Amino acid sequence: MGNEFDFLTHLPAIMPEIGLAILAIVVLGLDLFLPESRRRSIALVAGIGLAALALTPLLWGPPAVPTGIGPEEQNQVLLFWGGMVRHDVLAQVFKVMVLLAGAFTSLMSIDVNGIGRKGEFYLTIIVATLGASLMSAAADLIMIFVALETTTIPLYILAGFKRNDGRSAESGMKYFLFGSFMSAVMLYGLSLLYGFTGQTNIYALADFLTSPAFGENPVPVLGAMVLILVGFGFKISAVPFHFWTPDVYEGAPTPVTAYVSVASKAASFALLLRFLVAVFPADMMIGGAEIHGFWVQLAAVTAVITMTLGNVVALAQRNIKRLLAYSSIAQAGYTLIGLAAIGAQEQSVAAVAFYMFMYTFTNLLAFAVVVLFSEATGSETIADLAGLSRRSPWLALTMTIALLSLGGVPPAAGFFGKFFLFQAAVAADLTWLAIYGVLMSIIALYYYLVVVKVMYVDRSEDESKPIPMSRPYAWVLGVTSIAVLILGTVGAQVVFDWALANASTLFA
Amino acid sequence: MEFNIHSIVFLIFSVITLGGGLGTVTSRNLIHGAVYLIVSLFGVAGLFILLSAPFLAAIQVLVYIGAIAILIIFAVMLTRSMTRMTEIYNRQWSLSLVVSALLFVLLLVGIILPVWGPGTANAALQPSELVATTVDLGVAFVDGNQFVLPFEVASLLLTAAMIGAIVIARDRD
Repeated sequence: MGNEFDFLTHLPAIMPEIGLAILAIVVLGLDLFLPESRRRSIALVAGIGLAALALTPLLWGPPAVPTGIGPEEQNQVLLFWGGMVRHDVLAQVFKVMVLLAGAFTSLMSIDVNGIGRKGEFYLTIIVATLGASLMSAAADLIMIFVALETTTIPLYILAGFKRNDGRSAESGMKYFLFGSFMSAVMLYGLSLLYGFTGQTNIYALADFLTSPAFGENPVPVLGAMVLILVGFGFKISAVPFHFWTPDVYEGAPTPVTAYVSVASKAASFALLLRFLVAVFPADMMIGGAEIHGFWVQLAAVTAVITMTLGNVVALAQRNIKRLLAYSSIAQAGYTLIGLAAIGAQEQSVAAVAFYMFMYTFTNLLAFAVVVLFSEATGSETIADLAGLSRRSPWLALTMTIALLSLGGVPPAAGFFGKFFLFQAAVAADLTWLAIYGVLMSIIALYYYLVVVKVMYVDRSEDESKPIPMSRPYAWVLGVTSIAVLILGTVGAQVVFDWALANASTLFA
Repeated sequence: MEFNIHSIVFLIFSVITLGGGLGTVTSRNLIHGAVYLIVSLFGVAGLFILLSAPFLAAIQVLVYIGAIAILIIFAVMLTRSMTRMTEIYNRQWSLSLVVSALLFVLLLVGIILPVWGPGTANAALQPSELVATTVDLGVAFVDGNQFVLPFEVASLLLTAAMIGAIVIARDRD
């Protein structure tokens, strides 16, 4: 701060967001001028536009950080827009993720009744993506809150988008009530944090916490932190803040469910990771006690109960969307293992980033199949998937890839995702947590394989009626399943190393 | 305590604030209650001016009186059966009295006693250098080194929210 502001040096840090704003205007214009018969192309414009924008974080990458400099100098290089965003590799990885999630969601909405031909739908997705993209980079309390709301408020609208469908309206209403309450709790925490520390930048907060000024006044600051963590817990649907998840996932239009389960969750994990690494550095001591240990235990306990509840309750589900909802709670639990393993430093950050990266593709793939199936048959019950392998062999195969990846079976990407997470946990001396994670993955395998069994073994009367599939869906299914397979084989180490190589800029 | 123009004005605004608040909870007609609420909020705006925070005073008038109180009046008027409602529906007024008294004591203790750190630390606190006047605040919103990014994103968010509200509320597709 204080230097003369040079627009062009700050521009690369928000290149994807600028592109998204332009894309939003283009979509709105198309919605105005295109006749009803050609509205279908809005989805294509939005989807291809978002996919193209996913390249911008790679083209305008973070600036090179000279080696061997302290955290202060490092932040001077990486912080942009007056400290609002930090343009680093963590942001880069997660921005690619949310932009791709937005692209696939747009493409898989194209033929969905009631939303596919509405420009507003795509506009709302684009704005939500913009928020998620900023969340991945936000480094200031104000930016964090604005980005969070820019992601969630459009999601409330999207969840309730099918106004005439009672379940969708209920889902939107529930999401709105829970979400706005939790945002209020979090905002309260953020404002208290500012009030007690006088800082809004999270990197400056860390300095305050190590200063003697904090020692005089620790309780309210830690109380404010707890309020903020409650807010994060809601966003990633960690137990005990998960109650909204199954109802919202079930009622919302399926492409929206897919989007909420990947983009919103990935961006929240990025933010949580950045917040904790920045505010509670590993070597920080407060009043003689190592605060770090407290955080690790909190994350570990949350991971354990989240995995347990998600997996156990998922066993009893009959509706495929509810099953995937509880599965996503369980997946958040696995990812929390990575956060608990923060003692492993770069390794844990890279493991979380890789897990979210592969989870984005996997869950989008699973939901794309659900979208196709429920649009064609009007059913979301698992039992109705019977005979899918004979109705549409490719559809059944892609669903199987997705479920195997969620379950963590090679050669799908989920195997390496879990492998890196558990490896980080072992490296951080949390072997018990890694073992518990493995046990939970075995339980989870049961309900994933039941769906596979229904698709391949069970017979139904509709086997002669294949599920119709238009070209955009074929693209989505093809690209995501190939991505899942590549990430599970040759690509795993490449992507992991990409995240690992530069994760060190988070730690100084 | 010195008796000057400041304390007289403070007294007037305090009476307006407290009187409005009292009127809000005691009036049985919801519309009257909402009007009393506006009076009370106006008093708070006056107190902000006394504290040399003119911007907060303006926001108090715009947001609390202009938006929230008016919204309450709209809500009452649109649900017609509530306009003429005069009975007291809250049967647990004794409980709420206890809660309010507790909250009052808590706030009083929080302000007067040095619960959260010694009082000397608070006395040493300087006003933020970032924003001293309303002009600084305006500059901070459009300065690239300060808050222009969240400010612009907030406008995008509001646009999307408005479009969403139209989608949810409109009659036909």
